[in-house]
Amino acid sequence: MSESIRDTTDLSRRRMLRGIGLAAFLAVPGAGVLSACATGGESESPPASGPANTGNAENPFGVKADAPLEVVIFTGGLGETYATEGHEPLYKKKFPNATIKHVGTQQISQQLQPRFAAGDPPDFIANSGTNLMDNTALVEDSQLLDLTPLLEAPSIDDPSKKIKDTLLPGTIEPGLVNGKPYVLNYVSIGYGLWYDKNLFAKNSWTPPKTFDEFKALAEKMKSAGIIPYSYAGANASYYQYWMIMISAAKIGGNEVIVALDNLDDGAWTAEPVRKSAAAWAEIIQTYGDKAHEGLKHTEVQTLQNQGKVGLYPSGSWLENEQKKETPATFEYAMAPTPSVTSSDKMPYEAIRTVAGEGYIIPAKGKNTAGALEYMRIMLSKEGAKVFYEKSGNLTVVKGAADGVSLSPGNKSVADAVSKAGDNLVTFSNIESWWKDLEKELRTQTNALMFGRITADQFCENMENKAKQTKNDPAIPKQHRDK
Amino acid sequence: MRQGRYRFIIGFLAVPVFLYGLYVIWPFAQAFYLAMTSKRTAASPDRFIGFDNFERLFQSDRFWKAVGHHGVLLLALPLITLAIALFLAYLLNVAGGSRGGGMTGIFGSKVYKVIFFLPQVLAVALVAVLFQAIYRPDGLGALNAVLESVGLGRVGWLLEPNLALWSIIGVLVWQAVGFYVVLFSAGMASIPAEIYESAEMDGCGRFRMFFSVTLPLLWDTLQVAWVYLGIAAFDAFAVVQLLSVDFGGPDGATTVLPLEIWQEAFRNSRFGYASAMGVALFFLTLTFAILALRVTRRERIEY
Repeated sequence: MSESIRDTTDLSRRRMLRGIGLAAFLAVPGAGVLSACATGGESESPPASGPANTGNAENPFGVKADAPLEVVIFTGGLGETYATEGHEPLYKKKFPNATIKHVGTQQISQQLQPRFAAGDPPDFIANSGTNLMDNTALVEDSQLLDLTPLLEAPSIDDPSKKIKDTLLPGTIEPGLVNGKPYVLNYVSIGYGLWYDKNLFAKNSWTPPKTFDEFKALAEKMKSAGIIPYSYAGANASYYQYWMIMISAAKIGGNEVIVALDNLDDGAWTAEPVRKSAAAWAEIIQTYGDKAHEGLKHTEVQTLQNQGKVGLYPSGSWLENEQKKETPATFEYAMAPTPSVTSSDKMPYEAIRTVAGEGYIIPAKGKNTAGALEYMRIMLSKEGAKVFYEKSGNLTVVKGAADGVSLSPGNKSVADAVSKAGDNLVTFSNIESWWKDLEKELRTQTNALMFGRITADQFCENMENKAKQTKNDPAIPKQHRDK
Repeated sequence: MRQGRYRFIIGFLAVPVFLYGLYVIWPFAQAFYLAMTSKRTAASPDRFIGFDNFERLFQSDRFWKAVGHHGVLLLALPLITLAIALFLAYLLNVAGGSRGGGMTGIFGSKVYKVIFFLPQVLAVALVAVLFQAIYRPDGLGALNAVLESVGLGRVGWLLEPNLALWSIIGVLVWQAVGFYVVLFSAGMASIPAEIYESAEMDGCGRFRMFFSVTLPLLWDTLQVAWVYLGIAAFDAFAVVQLLSVDFGGPDGATTVLPLEIWQEAFRNSRFGYASAMGVALFFLTLTFAILALRVTRRERIEY
């Protein structure tokens, strides 16, 4: 199985490199950074530029062996033991004289904004969770370290390779701000519909491949007293808009998502988005439970563990997040989203895999070299392995799954990825670029799914908000080509 | 001597005035300044943009929605809380009639007092978690389970856009009432027993007693309570943040200014704009406090 992952990733890596070459050709300033040239001749980087990459395989960033390192970890679904019992000991092993100050928090923004303001940020930050900091805004304020030296540095496992060549395709792109890599998205996440394999087997149900099958299955589940499909409206409406976007991309191709990211005129009222929104709304309005608009994600997930919810939209972290609630008889599996039309551009097997969970290095940290080295350790096979063991999630390191026995959920994601082949739904930047629009998207998603507006109104409202965002001079503009 | 007295006064005042200036006035001044910059994060350089943030603010739907909700809170929260608190305080302190030279409450009033006060000592986060379970919209919610067991349908307490704000107000009232019961109890205890006695001798019933004796003599306390609750109505952040659907939803039906400020500052990274909202909130609160004190000013009854 891991064999097939490698095959497909190699294939799409070539595709990715082609894309990068193209980007460099289009001469986006700073895109040269991504192409192979590591000389950095035209680096007119802002005041705080990080340590250079010396090319020394042992200590490429010139870390001072006794320099203390402060690591801030978001204590969410991944926990923090992957750092305290994984990466930090690995760093200590390399630099026994360094002291590591570990901080675990869920209030990343509230805790760290004042420290950025005071010019005393920590060295390394897991910038995740509901209260994460806006990376784009931090870059604009020259607060983040350009991670190019890291990507160009030799890999720990094979010094003849650069780190960027040891990562899964699509790892670097979501972390680009103004064309430069500032965010390391470390976790490889597959998105889709999650269900209990055993429950499905018992009832001889199979995950639906089309929305018609979805409705037929929903009828059966309903008569079995199970809510066929649900998401948590109270705090996780974004799980549902992911599904809308994935379906829209399957209908009309990845350019649909690119257009949404770029705030193109008519992107939200485009046919694929409209169809996708209508299809999902029909499912939830017909078969969902209105009360779930008031539930939190953990509550709905627990209902699923109790066999009361059939299919649930989420990502690879779900299995680990629910570890404590999941009964022994429950076996997580993930299926792709059903096809909306028979003329969809992407096949049913297409899924969205994205590099997620952003890690950043403040440019004004005291030990930026140490932080880069810490990331290099994370991106080693050993770092990836220990991360999987402690957090239950696979990383963007190629071959991270080799030699580890995968949990059922992770295995089903890996299977889905290999079946999808080149048909991968791209990442979306709305969450990081257009915060205001994203807030509106959450609101409108709930309004649509719980029947207060129609799919047409949904598209209309989002289009208006996108227009407003586009015309707002106070919001700095971003653009992606593909 | 005169000289010495001033030195004495200044010596006493200098430290508190300095601290007040440093920790109250100075942050306010900073917020006013920030409101006129385009600052995005706390670390942004300050770029002065005049009143642009305010212009944007006054055109924002969510801002006016939030202001409208404060209007509702401002009317409902004090009215409901004070009515309930007065009623309960009266029962606990006076309604038992006079016995042994003083007015007493109904039977078991001391126990009730403790029970009523209890929500006040609970942390807001706890209260919110408690009410999440009470308002939970499916059959597992405490309220809905009761409704279902008596054959009524479930209610989406926090889901119906027209009901959600009132559900939130319910929580705020529940939490506040206890404190005002105790406050009014103290006020009622300080009303001389002779007044009640003479009223009773004149054949005054409990209703009349409340409206003609207790209420007027409690006016000062009431006025303070009104201002407190009014100011509380401009907050409500924690309860809305923890309890409402989708942070101030559904469809923005429960959002309040502090929540919008929090979202703008920490989610949308627009410190300048968030500060502008903070300044607007400051003036709203100030206006309310001044109005409330003006309107409720009345001649003091000496006793």
